[in-house]
Amino acid sequence: MQLIINWQNFTPAPSLLGGMFIGLAAALLVVFRGKIAGISGILGGLIDTDGSAKSHRLWRGLFLIGLVSSSFVYQLFAPLPESNISASLGTLIIAGLLVGFGTRMGSGCTSGHGICGLSRLSLRSLIATISFMFSGFVVCYLFLHVLRIS
Amino acid sequence: MKNIITLLAGLIFGLGLIISGMTNPAKVIGFLDIAGLWDPSLMFVMLGGISVAFVGFKFVQNKSQTIFDEAIHLPGTTHISKELVIGSLLFGAGWGLAGFCPGPALVAMGAGYKEAVIFVMTMMVGMYIHDHLFKACKK
Repeated sequence: MQLIINWQNFTPAPSLLGGMFIGLAAALLVVFRGKIAGISGILGGLIDTDGSAKSHRLWRGLFLIGLVSSSFVYQLFAPLPESNISASLGTLIIAGLLVGFGTRMGSGCTSGHGICGLSRLSLRSLIATISFMFSGFVVCYLFLHVLRIS
Repeated sequence: MKNIITLLAGLIFGLGLIISGMTNPAKVIGFLDIAGLWDPSLMFVMLGGISVAFVGFKFVQNKSQTIFDEAIHLPGTTHISKELVIGSLLFGAGWGLAGFCPGPALVAMGAGYKEAVIFVMTMMVGMYIHDHLFKACKK
């Protein structure tokens, strides 16, 4: 198989800059709060009904309010880029269930393992990142090139 | 003060996802579809994120408390379990299906996409199933 780069959609500069914003947010959270900026962990801990103390809820809630309101803040300065979502209702439901269950079982997602874990040189997060990228590649290949469902 | 920083961190994280293009599932799938026309942008998001976060984690490496006297809790980095690998494989499968992972889905939900609302709701159901039904069954 040969890799063919999509030069038209490739955006190295904005992606690098956006990534640095994400890294800055992760750095702020660990330096000033001592917490990992893993979205699945923050959300999962917020909706977890047992054990979690009230004080734990506040920082999680605040971080997520900031995250969810980012679209609103962005469009005060520039038009919001479009999100192109091709998945059908059934696919969205199955994907959501898999992402929710899988990130809790694997203790993290693209942010917790992929950004925070890798920047801490965590072997555990490296294994997790390789695992979710691998299955992401396989599932995309199966659906787009074998079953040809887009 | 620490609560304002927390809110700002969430906001900066979300702005980063929007600027980087990751709130667009079509772009994420463009990265995961290595057999099609491949868009390597996601690698640059990770590169930017890791290089800046690295400085933050280096700063707290030998500290046990923040300047606000809160304990710094960081998970272990070496324990590899069956759950880590199977859970991550399941997550990746869902990620490849819809092109959404938790952060971008929450940002797209904030932008008003109903597909993202559906995804986030079922994602929380998936989390609940794991934390309450699956883990309870295993005990």
